[in-house]
Amino acid sequence: MQSISPTSLLVLVPLLPLVGAILTIILGRVLGSRAHLPAIAGIAAAAAAAVTLLLATAGQVGGTSGGHTEPVRPVEMISTLWQWATVDAAYTPPAGSPAAIPGTAVGGQGDARAFSIPVALRLDPLTATMLTIITCVGLLVAIYSVGYMHDDPGYPRFFALVSLFVFSMAMLVAASNFLIVYVFWEAVGACSYLLIGFWFRKPEAARAAKKAFLVNRIGDFGLAIATFLLWMTYGTLDFHDTLSADGTILPGILGQTRLADVSGIVGGTVGTAICLLLLLAACGKSAQLPLHVWLPDAMEGPTPASALIHAATMVTAGIYLITRASPLFVACPGALTMVSIVGATTALVAALIATVQNDLKRVLAYSTISQLGYMFASLGTGTMLGFTAAIFHLVTHAFFKALLFLGAGSVMHAMGGVIDMRRFGGLRRIMPITAATFLIGGLALAGVAPFAGFFSKDEILATIHAKAWPNAHETHHEVAPAGGHAAASQSPFLPVSHRRTTAIGADSGGTTLDALDRPAIWQTLYWMALLTAGLTAFYTFRAIFMTFTGPTRVPDEAGHHAHESPPVMTLPLILLAVPSALAGWWLFSTNWLAHFLSATPSLAAPAVARTAVPHAFHVDLAIQGTLAAAIGIVIAAIGHLGRRSDSPQMERLLGPLQTLFANKFYFDQIYSGLIVKPLEAVAMLAALIDRHLIDGLVNAVALIPVGLGGIVRRMQSGLVQRYALAGVMGVLMIVLALAWQLRD
Amino acid sequence: MMVSSCPISPLLAAGSMPLLHNALIVGAILFALGLVGILTRRNLIVMFLSAELMLQGISVSLVAWSRYHGDWGGQVLVIFVLTVAACEAAVALVFVLQAFARTGRLDAAAWQSLRDESLARTVDRELPASDATPASWPRLSPAGVLPTGGGEDDQQRQHI
Repeated sequence: MQSISPTSLLVLVPLLPLVGAILTIILGRVLGSRAHLPAIAGIAAAAAAAVTLLLATAGQVGGTSGGHTEPVRPVEMISTLWQWATVDAAYTPPAGSPAAIPGTAVGGQGDARAFSIPVALRLDPLTATMLTIITCVGLLVAIYSVGYMHDDPGYPRFFALVSLFVFSMAMLVAASNFLIVYVFWEAVGACSYLLIGFWFRKPEAARAAKKAFLVNRIGDFGLAIATFLLWMTYGTLDFHDTLSADGTILPGILGQTRLADVSGIVGGTVGTAICLLLLLAACGKSAQLPLHVWLPDAMEGPTPASALIHAATMVTAGIYLITRASPLFVACPGALTMVSIVGATTALVAALIATVQNDLKRVLAYSTISQLGYMFASLGTGTMLGFTAAIFHLVTHAFFKALLFLGAGSVMHAMGGVIDMRRFGGLRRIMPITAATFLIGGLALAGVAPFAGFFSKDEILATIHAKAWPNAHETHHEVAPAGGHAAASQSPFLPVSHRRTTAIGADSGGTTLDALDRPAIWQTLYWMALLTAGLTAFYTFRAIFMTFTGPTRVPDEAGHHAHESPPVMTLPLILLAVPSALAGWWLFSTNWLAHFLSATPSLAAPAVARTAVPHAFHVDLAIQGTLAAAIGIVIAAIGHLGRRSDSPQMERLLGPLQTLFANKFYFDQIYSGLIVKPLEAVAMLAALIDRHLIDGLVNAVALIPVGLGGIVRRMQSGLVQRYALAGVMGVLMIVLALAWQLRD
Repeated sequence: MMVSSCPISPLLAAGSMPLLHNALIVGAILFALGLVGILTRRNLIVMFLSAELMLQGISVSLVAWSRYHGDWGGQVLVIFVLTVAACEAAVALVFVLQAFARTGRLDAAAWQSLRDESLARTVDRELPASDATPASWPRLSPAGVLPTGGGEDDQQRQHI
């Protein structure tokens, strides 16, 4: 591997799965039951390349300096493959706009900006982390699918789609341009659509796929408008700085030149609008309130696809996007607080719904929404710890949620497709490996020490706590912004650090949203997050107890062959159980991930970097979190441990709330009443107008020749004599007319 | 003009008004007969004959005019018309035979199914009931073999 340059490796990560997908599409019928080979080979090679890149990037970042936080030099590598589109002199930034090149005649004619979209891949710690997660989880899921999908008629199609998805997702996190991000944002959505609707002959699956696609469109709309606004504001869509032909540096939106200057990012109304639109996009893709409704329905897809796309990778695209755009968000405190409010509310609402679901996959789906809400809540704090904690939770969540989903798939496989927890129980005797690995995943999700989820959840609670009670964190100290300036140029493509001296275009005016950024709000969010932690433990263990404990019961659909899954399925479970158990402790104790991520240009920007706090373990918060989890587990044990059926006393306890949760807070009904039904009424009105008014006019015009023809057609008697008579009459008339004319 | 130099009756001489008049009258009668025939008869062959009759009426008048003006062109044209009419007769007969083969009838009204579909079928009016009393044919002694008629022939006969 030493002989291959990082640039080639970076290209190989998306390229190999794409090749695998194309090969599977072309050779699918020939390969038959071996159709998984190209896809798995492609993803495995991509995973190897991604891990190599991760290690190489980690080598560039350097080690932690004894736990003490110091400003880390940003690490970034850009590889421009080709120019996708170029329009010369497309936009002249107005004077004083942040798009104008500093040092030149600002906003003059010479500053006309070309609209150019380079297909550029970037490598930085955030991208390397995401690539590793995507390819590694993708590889394990693909291997698992060999067993899970083995007798499906769409076997080659499944592997082609999974491979295509890994390509799209890798491009999404590696792209260094908002438009390319948008393209692959759509591409992962399309792959998700195709995989949800994999069994497209099943009406529910087809409907769920359509719903996921349509709801995602709302978010995509936000991303499109945000992209337009970014172009108008910054005059570029690149993340990175580019060197123009005459030697000047064109600062990218998230390039080091702009980030080094605290005033280089636009705040105020425009900045808040951009951030809220990006938040809308993230809400769509990451299934946050109010656009979360598609994810539970997406469980109609094959379980491995749910594990890969709707738990581990695609739904984290929103978290990636906000982390990538963190300097934009930090400039707009109001938008940041909105991120947290959306996240914490989603976390709580989804957790409440999950407590009464009887479908194992649905529980996990709402759990995913809830955990993603956790990450959003963490991102919204806008501190270094907040961003790194969110990515930390993203990493651990990817492992343990993929594990839980694959475990649920294993149960489903053995139960003959039944996934209703009320219909089976005591499966730990039948499926020991699945039960053990599922328990590890459940412990990680519930946040029990020392499993992975405990540490990442603790960091998230800590970051919200620090925002809610700033005085309680005495160790919080400011890193001078000047420290970040000196380290502004690490890109091998940018030999000269260009530091702007003038503050241009900084719209310092606040927005009304900024009023949300109050300790009272943050304290509410903290208690919501803590309550969610307890609920998470409750519903996780409710599912575990209902599925794996009690007397052994299997549904009739399973037949007599209810058995543990084959090794090709249990091996990925075991491989995922290891990081689910250990990754949290390792990453937390060494603080490796947080240190590594802080070298991402977006996070190394002074605006973010100065919020960094020393790595610490908050015992009081850990006790609160553990207590919440313990209470949840105990309630679950009282209600469900060893019981045959869903406990009626729990339902009596909750009363009408049970109905509210079981109906998912009536979100689908509200959307149906507020959006779908009015739209259908408008459509029906339009159809009526079209059919009767428009068509009526056209038909009326068409009636004219028919009516005229009706007069003449009576002559068509089919009798030759009549025709002959008409001819004679005609001749007579001519003769008479001639005679009249020649009468004198 | 050779004709004018011939010692013939002045009635037939070129430029003779009475000759022209008589010939035109004959031609007009022929044309009118043909016209009436084609308008009233439904037998395809008879209609065809009537059309020929009209043609001959015109030919007669052409010859008359030719004679009157002393110009042979008219007569040449008549010869030409006769030739064409012979060819046309062959073609027309083929059509008539084909039409007969299709419907089994020579009645032109058999083709009224070609009318516009919204129009009602034209139905022949009932003929007044014929005299029921059989005619008293003269009774003669048989003069040879009696002609044998038969089913299909008789049926078709009444349509012709």
